[in-house]
Parts: sequence; C-alpha cells; structure tokens
Amino acid sequence: MQRETVINTAIFLALPAVALAALVLDEPFTITLATRAAILALAAVGLNLALGLGGLVSLGHAVFFGLGGYAMGILASHAQTFTPIIDGWIVIDGTKSMPIIWLVATLVSALAALLIGLLSLRTSGVYFIMITLAFGQMFYYFAISWPAYGGEDGLSIYVRNGFPGLNTLDPIQFFGLVFALLALVLWGMSRIARAPFGLALSAARQNAERVETVGLTPFRLRLVAFVISGAVTGLAGALFADLNRFVSPTMFSWQMSGEFIVFIVLGGIGRLFGPVAGACLFVLLEHWLSGVSEFWLIYVGAILLLVVLFARGGLIGSLAGREVAHD
Amino acid sequence: MMMKTLMASAAIAALSGGALADGHGDKIKVGMITTLSGGGAGLGIDVRDGFLLAAKDSDMLDIVVEDDQRKPDIAVQLADKMIQSEKVDVMTGIIWSNLAMAVVPAATAQGKFYLSPNAGPSALAGKGCHPLYFNVAWQNDAYHEAAGKWASENGVEKAFIMAPNYPAGQDALTGFKRGFGGDVTEEIFTQLGQTDYAAEIAQLRASEADTLFFFLPGGMGISFMKQLAGSGVDKTIVGPAFSFDQGILGAIGDAALGVKNTAHWAKDTDNAANTKFVADFQAEYGRLPSIYAAQGYDTALLLMSAAAKADVSDADAFRAALAEAEFDSVRGDFSFAPNQHPVQDILIREVVKEGDVVTNRTIGVAATAYSDPYGADCQM
Amino acid sequence: MTTILLIEQVLNGLQFGVMLFLMAAGLTLIFGVMGLINLAHGSLYMIGAFAAAAVAGATGSFVLALAASLAAAALAGAVIEMAVIRRLYDRDHLDQVLATFALILIFSEGTRWVFGSFPLYLDVPAALAGPVSLPGGIQYPAYRLLIIAVGLAVAVGLFQLIGRTRIGIQIRAGESDREMIAALGVDISRLYTIVFALGAALAGLAGALVGAIQSVQVGMGEPVLILAFVVIVIGGIGSIKGAFVGALLVGLTDTLGSVLLPIAFGAFLDPAAATAVGSALASMSIYILMALVLMYRPTGLFGAA
Repeated sequence: MQRETVINTAIFLALPAVALAALVLDEPFTITLATRAAILALAAVGLNLALGLGGLVSLGHAVFFGLGGYAMGILASHAQTFTPIIDGWIVIDGTKSMPIIWLVATLVSALAALLIGLLSLRTSGVYFIMITLAFGQMFYYFAISWPAYGGEDGLSIYVRNGFPGLNTLDPIQFFGLVFALLALVLWGMSRIARAPFGLALSAARQNAERVETVGLTPFRLRLVAFVISGAVTGLAGALFADLNRFVSPTMFSWQMSGEFIVFIVLGGIGRLFGPVAGACLFVLLEHWLSGVSEFWLIYVGAILLLVVLFARGGLIGSLAGREVAHD
Repeated sequence: MMMKTLMASAAIAALSGGALADGHGDKIKVGMITTLSGGGAGLGIDVRDGFLLAAKDSDMLDIVVEDDQRKPDIAVQLADKMIQSEKVDVMTGIIWSNLAMAVVPAATAQGKFYLSPNAGPSALAGKGCHPLYFNVAWQNDAYHEAAGKWASENGVEKAFIMAPNYPAGQDALTGFKRGFGGDVTEEIFTQLGQTDYAAEIAQLRASEADTLFFFLPGGMGISFMKQLAGSGVDKTIVGPAFSFDQGILGAIGDAALGVKNTAHWAKDTDNAANTKFVADFQAEYGRLPSIYAAQGYDTALLLMSAAAKADVSDADAFRAALAEAEFDSVRGDFSFAPNQHPVQDILIREVVKEGDVVTNRTIGVAATAYSDPYGADCQM
Repeated sequence: MTTILLIEQVLNGLQFGVMLFLMAAGLTLIFGVMGLINLAHGSLYMIGAFAAAAVAGATGSFVLALAASLAAAALAGAVIEMAVIRRLYDRDHLDQVLATFALILIFSEGTRWVFGSFPLYLDVPAALAGPVSLPGGIQYPAYRLLIIAVGLAVAVGLFQLIGRTRIGIQIRAGESDREMIAALGVDISRLYTIVFALGAALAGLAGALVGAIQSVQVGMGEPVLILAFVVIVIGGIGSIKGAFVGALLVGLTDTLGSVLLPIAFGAFLDPAAATAVGSALASMSIYILMALVLMYRPTGLFGAA
C-alpha cells in the first residue's frame, strides 16, 4: 500500500474511532465535536472539487452552505409551526424529514451554483476570487435584512429533524448518518477524479488550451464541477444546520468561505482526504487553543501562516511526502 | 480524550484574577458563554468581570467561561459542550440577541436554567417564554420605549428615528414608536456595520424634526456621533444607553455631551449596593463600570441569593427562589414580572464631563416600574 | 427630495469614493507591481488609525498623529514584506490569500492585546470641527472637505510618482518584465519593499484620516478592505486610474443607493416595506454593480486582459 493510502485510511477511521470511544466513555460532547468535523469536512470536500481539481478558488462557497442551511431552516420552521410555505393555488408544506430536506438543499444549491457559475466563470484568477466573494456578500446582506426568516437573529429549530428508522437526537446515531454521507461523497469524488470528466477538468486547470484542442470546452467542464461542488457544500449546510438546530446569516459570511479554503490547505490541496484532515485539525485546534488564551486567534493565524509558508503539502503532504498520489 | 483537561485549563484561564472555586459537590456549576474576542469583546468582558466580581468572595459558584466569538454556531457548540460534557446547572453570559435565540431554547429544553445578563429578544419574553429562563437585564424594547415615552413627555413633537436594518434595529424603532406620542417624520434603516453616515446626516439636516432618536450599538454609534458633531446639525438627541455607555463614551469624547439616554442603571444610582459595586469594580479593574458590568454583577447576585435558599437540583424550589429576586440589585428596586422579565425603573441619563472623564449622570426617571408588553403572550 | 439635498448626497458619495480610493490605491499598486493579493491591507489601515489615536492622545497634535500613522503603517508594511510577503511573490493567489488572512488574525488580536478591547478616542482637529458653507447654501463638514483634498492630492501624487520619477520608471518596468529590470541592475527586492511600504503608508494614512470620524477599534479594517477590493476589481486590478474611477463609482452607488432606493420603492409599497426592501437592496447594490461590471468586462474597466 502507498504511504498516503495508509494515512488516508487512518484519518478516515479516526473520526468514527473517536466517536465510538466517546460513546464508551460517555462523553457525548466529543461525539458532537466529531460530527461537526465531519460536516465541515463534507463542505470542504465539495469545495475541493472546484478548487483542488478545477483550480477555481471560490471565496463564495458559503453561499451554498448557507442556502443548504436555510433550506433546512425554512422547511423545518414551517413544519414546526404547521404553516404551509406556499398557500396559493398549490399548497407546499414544511417538512421535518431529513431525506427530503437534503434533496431540497442539494437542488437549491446546485441551481444557485449554476447561476453563479454561469456569471462568474467568465472571469478567472483574482477576478474569479472577487466575484464569488461579491455573490457571497450579496446573500449575506440579503439574509440579514430580510425579516421573514429571522434576519440576523436566524432561525431556531427546537427538535432535530428525523430520518426513517433512526433517533437523530442521539448524538452517535446522527454522527453515523453524517459519516455515512461523508463516506458516500468521498467515494463519489474519487470516482469523479478518475473518470474522463475529472481527468479533463484537471487537465483544464493545468493547460486550458490543450483541452480545447481536443474538442472540450473548459468553461463547460468547470461549470459542471462548480455545480456539483456547490451541491455537496449545500448538503453539508443542511447537516450543519441540523447539528446546531439553528441557522443564521453567519453561514453566508465570507469568513465561512475562507474557513473552507483553510481546511483544504491545512489538510493538503489536491488530495482527496485533504479537506477531511484539515477540518479535523481545525476543529481540534479551535477547541484546544480557545482554552489556552483569550488571544488564541493569534496562534491560529501563526499556525496557518507557517503551514502556507513552509508546509505546502499540508498535513497529508507533510506525512506522505511531496507528490500528490493519483487515487 | 483531552477535552477534560482543556476545559479545566479554560476555566483557569478565564478565572485568573478572580477566585477559583475548589469544586466540591454542593456548588452550583455555572456555564458562561460570552463574547471575549473580536470587535464586540468589550461587552462580554464587562459582563464577565462584573459577574466574577460579585462571585469573588463566595464559594457557592463554580464558573466556567467560554468565548463565543460572537458567532451563533460557536455559541450553540459551546452550549452543547457545557450541557453534555461540563454538566453545568445554570447558564448565562450571552450578549447578543441572535446568539441568545440560538442557545436559550435549546438550553432550557434540556432542563438548564438560563439567566440572561444582556439580551432580551421579544420572542423569549412572549410566546417563547420558559420557566427556566430569567432575564436579569431588560427586555430589548425597554430602553427604546422608555425613550419614546420620555420624549413625548418632554415636549418633543417631531422625531427622526434611525436604526440598522436587522431584527434588533427593527424592534428598537417599533419600541420607540410605542412609547412616543408625537409625529415620526423620517424612519431610516441603515446597513448593519455601516461606518459612514454622511447620507443620513444630510437627510437629518433637511428634516423638520426637532429630535433625533437612534439605535446604533457599538462602533456604529461612535462613527455616527463623531460625524454628526462635524456636520453642524443641531438637534436634540435621545437614545438607548447602548451608544452612550462607559465603554464607548471614551471613544466619542465631547461630541456626546448633552445627549439624553435611557438605561436601567447608572453609575450614580443611589443605593448602598451600587456604591459598593462602583468602588469595588474600579478597585479591581481600574476602570469605570458600564451597564454591562452592572448586569453581570446583578446576575451573579441573583443566582447566589437563590442558591442560599434552595438546592439547584430541586428545579421547582430553585425557580421559586430565583423568582423572588431577593437581592440588593445595584439598580435599586427590582422584581420579576410573570414572564420572568424585569419590572424596573428606566432612568434617563445625560452625558456629562466629570473632570476629564466623559460619563453619565442621572437626571430623572423615563418610565416607572416598566415591564414589557410581551408578557401577555407568555403561557407558563 | 430637494435639489440641494441631492447635490449634498452626490458630494457625500464622491467623498466616500475618495476615502475608498485612499485605501484602494495602495492595494492596487501592490497588486500591479508584485502581483500580490494582500488581505492584510485592512490591518495596515487599522494600525494607522491606532497609531494616530495613541499619538494624538499623548501629544494632542493631529499633524503628529498623521505622521505617526504614516510611519507606523510603513514600518509594519516593511517588516511583514521582509518577513512574510516576499516569500509569496512566486506563489499562486490561493497561498497569498491564506497567508495574508493569517496576518489579519495575528494583527487584529495583537492590537487587542496591546490596546485592549474598547474603542479608542481620535477626534478631528478643532480648526476643522465644524461645517463650512458652500455656494448654494450647502453646509458641509470642513473635515470631509479635507479628506477629499487629501484623496485628490494622493491621486495626483501617485500619477506623478509613477509617470515622472525614477522609481516610477522602475515600478513600471518591474510590472512588465521582472527579470529584465533585475538584469539591468535594479535591486528588485529593495524596490518591492519600498513599494509595499508605500502602499502600507497610504492605508495607514487612510486609517488615521477616517478614524477621526469613525470608530477606532479592532476589526475596523475588514469592512473597508472588502469595499476596497470591490473598487479595484471594478477598476481593473493594478490600475491606479481604475482604482480612482472604481472608488467614485462605488462611493456614489452606495450613498445614492441607500438614499434613493427606499424612496423609489415608496412609490408603490407602503413606507415600512419600502424602507425595508430599499435598504436590503441598497446594502447589496455595490456587489451587484461589481458583478455587472465583471460580466461585461471580465478584467474590470481599466484592467489588462
């Protein structure tokens, strides 16, 4: 086995191992923490398709995260108060069922990614970073000032949504659900990376002209990648909202988008398990350092700076050696 | 896991300077989630310092303090941690309404007492009221409504009113209008976090209103007041204390002199508890206390008064002990309405200069025994 | 709305634009010469404001405060250029974004550690404290006129510096061909440190000037930073002229949007709804402007394709 494969397996199994150990030791909060890491990892795995494989540095992926969150918040709040969402010639009711919420979150995010992608992908480089940031800011300010769903106060959902056959309020069962989704998406991403589409996308990142000469349109490849990427991040948003039983405009903030990028880089850019490693590391650091000092963000900044300057392959890169394995 | 040691070190870090409880069984375990980093940290630090000051010489409380960074999802995360892992009995500390809306319903649903030292969103005073939720500070409307009432009673006929476009801002204007009997000539919503107010000041200059009421908490209020001072626009200003409190006045300076503002407490509120509090706070931290520090202090006093009468594991008895509110509040008279929100006088204060320090002086009472209008919707 | 009020609002928009230009000029200069995205530019703005507040508090002199803001920001700029930034020139934009994002965290919390969590006091000089009367009966704050004047002076100065001076020639040469200018014997790393410190000084000056009429507090740099990025993206990154035009466009859009949109919606909505919808749209207006510009000109108004 390649060294990176071993490391990937170890990182991947660490999450359920920690969760199960916490279950045995009766430390439910540690399970919640592992769930949080898994959800943030899922969001960053989504971004990694656009960023790692497609080379699209999106500083606006919080848009999809937030849309996923609000899809959950709006559906569940209507179900909570028994008021239909649309009460006209058709009646659409809210729901507390996770599968339906996930479907809606994914579709809404994909649609938003399609529209934003159509507009943003005309630009490249810094302009792409900035136009995605601009879309993020639009959604953020809209969410703050639109009063219908709580504005800046956000929406509280008192009871976690349900999944057939599971008690989602039990931390370990909810973790299992999230982890299964993460595993499924990671498997899907590894297939995409090896499929002709993934190879072409990767080639378009390295040399767009060469891809064009074989008859493929980089724009279309990137758009498809951006849509899938947004949909996955949207799904993570719905899960994140369910974990906290709360949504608010901060899910749309540019700092959120920035954090997703940080996960990817901390873990190791262009690697399938990079975002997972990065998100776990970040959640651990956040909880460890915030107890050390009131000024703990200084340490986060210093660590990030050192990783960017001196450990370019991120966590996995430092452990596995420089070159990116093709798996 | 290393979490346990982390929590212990967090508690130690947060308590440095205060007394560290030694952790035997009968103590009440208090989880405080408040804002200690980033731009809004001044408020959280004052609440924490006030609370720790009151608890300093008592061995009844075992306090864990955590920083929410003003992010709702972090606050929810910390609440889970305190409930699931720290097994706290009582929670407190949240500054912002949106964070309170994220944390409080979940905490009370899991059987934890929550004492609010600052935020008082209307939802939690009305339909969302809960037997385990007590607000020790004020309902969000209180200052605004009292300001409106005071303005009406003091000859203001036409008012220009302004707040940021977010729920607390919208509530502020609604609250003012409820108390105010005169005409509102302009109603302006600014952007949250806005730093330049030239456009609004131009509208104010053109307005026929004689009085300006605004709610711009934190840095927004500082920016606005400084810019207003340079514009030469001369209107009477009334507002809630949030923009004219001790932590901010130093940054506004003389531009704030003469402003009337409403609060439930002032540094010169005349009672023995307050005299002691103001002196102790200055001795301990070397700065003047703010309303937030007073609220944190009162919250700890209330909690300790209940702890002296009942055991926290007996929720009904402890709740009854809290509801009696038998403690010497630094604000003077204080009791709880049926929705467990304060019944208290709202003062009107004026910004004055004492030596080189810009501070507030009480000039009267804007609303006597104020209690919020949402209690009617509260079914407990 | 009266004509006078509208003129005053246009003036406010222009003044806000000039303020943004001060911030954006350094940002776009650094990008144009070194190809670097510097998110920490907002921190340099904050450093300028804090240095000014500290010196004004100690000496009572506004002129000394401005000098201190220039010096402190330039010094901080030179230090981070030599310690961190120069390692990023040949990296991709992603690494630059992350490393400078890390610098924001370090600077913000470091400032809070030194100065505490409460906002600082910095006021306009007494001589400029009041309003002046302009033709047509407009009362306008004297200090804001000073900001306009300084902004225009900086714009002219930068054009002169780049167009006329020896260092300007080196900067322009460096923009087009880095190897060539190094081969000609110009100390390129020294040149980069100077340009970075110059950009930082401009941000610090903006922070001190604006800090006097806003709140000097930790985190004050980030909202302005995002606006400055909007400005330089609209104008075309690297172009000083673009930054100037972009800044005025953004200033006018933001100011007039927040004034006119609620009135416009008032024509067919009830007042409360019109205010809410108008304000919501106004807060999004500059981002919509930016998206529109980029759709028609993917490299900004004056950007090189």
